[in-house]
Amino acid sequence: MKRIALALLASFAFAATTAHAVEYGEVQPDKSRIAFDYQQMGVAMQGTFGKFASALRFDPAAPQTASARIEVELASVDTGSEEGDDEVARKTWFDTKGFPVARFESSTVKPLGGNQYEVAGKLTIKGTTKDVVVPATFTPQGGSGVFEGALTIRRGDFSIGEGAWKAFDVVANDVVIRFRITAAAR
Amino acid sequence: MDTHYTATAKLLHWLIALMIFGMLGFGFYMTGLDLSPTKLELYSWHKWAGVTVFLLVLVRLAWRIGHRPPALPAHMPAIERLAAHAGHHLLYLLMLAIPLSGWLMSSAKGFQTVWFGVLPLPDLLAKDKALGNLLETVHVALNFTLIAVLLGHVGAALKHHFIDRDDVLTRMLPRRRG
Repeated sequence: MKRIALALLASFAFAATTAHAVEYGEVQPDKSRIAFDYQQMGVAMQGTFGKFASALRFDPAAPQTASARIEVELASVDTGSEEGDDEVARKTWFDTKGFPVARFESSTVKPLGGNQYEVAGKLTIKGTTKDVVVPATFTPQGGSGVFEGALTIRRGDFSIGEGAWKAFDVVANDVVIRFRITAAAR
Repeated sequence: MDTHYTATAKLLHWLIALMIFGMLGFGFYMTGLDLSPTKLELYSWHKWAGVTVFLLVLVRLAWRIGHRPPALPAHMPAIERLAAHAGHHLLYLLMLAIPLSGWLMSSAKGFQTVWFGVLPLPDLLAKDKALGNLLETVHVALNFTLIAVLLGHVGAALKHHFIDRDDVLTRMLPRRRG
């Protein structure tokens, strides 16, 4: 009897803590998108990654405890043309055979006020890891929340485009990665 | 009436002729290349040159409307006159339709045309793979038509010069001094 009471008490306490802490973490892939903008011969181009897995935890009441881990399957790239898709899979670009996944792992999340946050973390592409700071916003939407943001990286930092592509006159160095990740409250 | 074309008409004719021959060779060459930075550069130059030809053709049309060309030689039978007019109309039509189809194809394939990397042309079509491939076929077919009409055009000019021995070819050439 005592044991049951304790268990009940424990579950009440648990319910109490979860009641005011809405945590968003159930990622909805169909409502999430990772795209990138780049410049080719001065022309703005857009691409997307079709497949990525993300694990995140975000409690608006305690953003400091939030964490995110996103893994992008590089072979799922859509550069805008088939010829481009075949090209970027090669060793000189992503080398998808050797490095199939690009990874972002957050270390700290800093609230900037309003719905603005600054997510610091490590970005690993093609065997190179760099510290990055990603500005992001969080917007609650019904039972789920939408995380949006953009990060400009330099492809040269990650050896994306080597050999003949190493110069930035045809394909620019700056690439803007834009993401929109929708997660349901747990 | 002057038997020669105006100097402006001659300049535009030969400038555009040179660009068309260059672009035909350019186009067939670049499409066969493997993807490389050079290929992307060549494609851009091809588009920029195509836009330039289109604009030059508009200037030429405007000039043509304001300046009547010299009359065809009197010896030409009605059927030849008809063929000459039809051929010239077709050339103007193709000179406009080919760059237009290239521009639209580029839009449909998702590559905006930015003239000389500076002036962005609007994308009249949204990205649509099937439409892009269709427009590619149209662009190629129009170019083969152009080659056929150009063969007729050059052949006719040579026939006038060497067989009919009239001034149809020479009146488009620089005037002889003297």
